[in-house]
Amino acid sequence: MADLNIIEAVNLALKSEMARDENVLVLGEDIGRNGGVFRATVGLLDAYGPERVIDMPLAENLIAAMAIGLSTQGLRPVAEIQFSGFLYPCLDQIANHAARYRNRTRGRITCPLVIRAPNGGGIHAPEHHSESMETFFAHMPGLRVIAPSNPARAYGLLLAAIRDPDPVIFLEPTRCYRLFKQAVEDSGEALPLDTAFVEREGTHLTLVSWGAMMHETRLAADALAQEGVSCELIDVASLKPLDMDTILASVTKTGRCVIVQEAPRAYGPASEIAANLAEHGLLSLFAPVLRVSGYDTVMPLARLEKVYLPDVRRIVAEVRKLLELAPVG
Amino acid sequence: MSETSPSAETTVAAFDVRMTRFVDAAGTVLAPLPAFAQDPEELRRMYRVMVETRAIDRKAVALQRTGQLGTYASCLGQEAIGTATGIAMHADDVLIPAYRDYAAQFLRGVPAESTFLYWAGDERSMHFPEGTPSRHDFPFSVPIGTHIPQAIGVAYAFRLRKQPRVAVAACGDGATSRGDFYEAVSSAKVWNLPVVFLISNNQWAISLPRARQTGAQTLAQKAIAGGIPGEQVDGNDVIATRHVLERALAAARAGEGPRVIEAVTYRLHDHTTADDARRYRAEDELEDAWTRCPIKRLRACMATLGCWSVADEEELEAQAAARAEAVAQAYFAVQPEMPQAIFDSLYATLPTALGAQRAEVMTAPAPQTEH
Ligand SMILES: [Mg+2]
Repeated sequence: MADLNIIEAVNLALKSEMARDENVLVLGEDIGRNGGVFRATVGLLDAYGPERVIDMPLAENLIAAMAIGLSTQGLRPVAEIQFSGFLYPCLDQIANHAARYRNRTRGRITCPLVIRAPNGGGIHAPEHHSESMETFFAHMPGLRVIAPSNPARAYGLLLAAIRDPDPVIFLEPTRCYRLFKQAVEDSGEALPLDTAFVEREGTHLTLVSWGAMMHETRLAADALAQEGVSCELIDVASLKPLDMDTILASVTKTGRCVIVQEAPRAYGPASEIAANLAEHGLLSLFAPVLRVSGYDTVMPLARLEKVYLPDVRRIVAEVRKLLELAPVG
Repeated sequence: MSETSPSAETTVAAFDVRMTRFVDAAGTVLAPLPAFAQDPEELRRMYRVMVETRAIDRKAVALQRTGQLGTYASCLGQEAIGTATGIAMHADDVLIPAYRDYAAQFLRGVPAESTFLYWAGDERSMHFPEGTPSRHDFPFSVPIGTHIPQAIGVAYAFRLRKQPRVAVAACGDGATSRGDFYEAVSSAKVWNLPVVFLISNNQWAISLPRARQTGAQTLAQKAIAGGIPGEQVDGNDVIATRHVLERALAAARAGEGPRVIEAVTYRLHDHTTADDARRYRAEDELEDAWTRCPIKRLRACMATLGCWSVADEEELEAQAAARAEAVAQAYFAVQPEMPQAIFDSLYATLPTALGAQRAEVMTAPAPQTEH
């Protein structure tokens, strides 16, 4: 058991699974000798050699396509896309091919691949490096979309993603890569891929988030606890398929819900969760479901990115608004 | 480095692109034939496949015209390339086709009724049968060229496992305008992969003629920038096409790496049955292209060599027509899938979250189905 940050947990999961299964290989830009720009693949080249740790030309469409080709042959490729904005060239391969081969061949050709990418802003990165991409992929039938929020889940969910027989988009919280550590055991045990995690129990309201925003949401719950507000905290973790049962069970108990997402608001997962709560949980609700999110703007460059990013202040303000609409007790 | 003075220009690289043809449009043998083509039975076999493919293709068009099939992409005029591909490939090679490579698919065990079923809109058409070489082949690929870089991954898997297998990625001239094609060709030699990129240059990308797709003199030369051999072959000469393909496949299998083959042919039909080429293509161009028809050419060649008679031709015509009719009947006999099929191959195991949608489909009134 070691104290690891998220990037170390990703690295541990890759090492561990490559040792366990010789069909696992990694490919991406600068992932070999350089160890990846965030160092997620450090040590893999020395441990497993250049045939299984493939430094790719700067062609993200090719990376996705090659991962598809490898996966159809029973290999388990884990492709790294260096920054979230570089996922756009992969959309064609993912939507038209990876997500569809099983269905269109009625199970004959399958794509057990993982595409990992850092997701979201907050690190003052250059343009196109800070996008939140989950909405694109969560809309595509045939995919799984995972967004871990802490080191233990990054480790356990990445193992599960690699072992899953279908294509998984694995979006890692860029700004949390080195933000905090957590004890992670290299147990080789995967976490479930279609389950939300109730991270903290509470009675007054349910806070729902995933990925990097879980960190802000945790801090908001801490601050609200100081004011005597008891928040139940849910890490969605799996955006597709979405575990509405866990969220509904919580909201049935608390009667109040705020959803926090970094991606632009319109048509995002927060909207999907809110719609499900309206359809299936309306009679339990004391107040409307509220969303805290990025704005429907182009992701600002570094100097204004804090204007865009939801933070503790915005989450707490939205919760106070909710509690005014439906006071506790 | 060069010993010349810094201001002098020298040629640092030079290339040529070769074209292979054994039989001309009139059926005249131009050069000693490769060994396989010296066996009359092999010539008859290739001829039979081309003629049967054309009969099935014509049947598909006829069904579409009479409302019994959806939009269909004819392979009229391009039968030699598919035939050569299907024969040249080994059983455990992997074909990554576009959507006009029917003859190759038939030879690899895809039932012709699956082709009809595909254009009728039934996913089961891509569940190629167990126990045939097609079992590991990719299905039809409609998005132009995006399947080509997937061949890099397939071939990489072969190399990683030290298997003597080759991936054949087939595409049209139109696909060579795409980044997907370039990304694959650019990277294939990096890992010296056993992959053959086969371009069926039928001169048209729907309504855009070859000359307006690129300023490149040949499509084969696009290989050269990727550091791999590129060559042209007369794609209406089935002997030449098979010869060039067998040579490329053997080289790839022997570890000599990838190459590009541009098979020069002509699309004698409209792009699909939803297209009318008369809007953009001159009639005399089409008439001229018919003089280079691959079937007519091999028949003339075989007649000259004395291994094909009028009686042989009549017998084959009857056989091919009967086969096409049998294919149509087999297609008509396939009942639509149950509605829940749209969920049942989406994931290895259907996520619980989708259970309610599947149940809704199963309890809904049966939709009107059609062929
Ligand atoms: Mg064309």
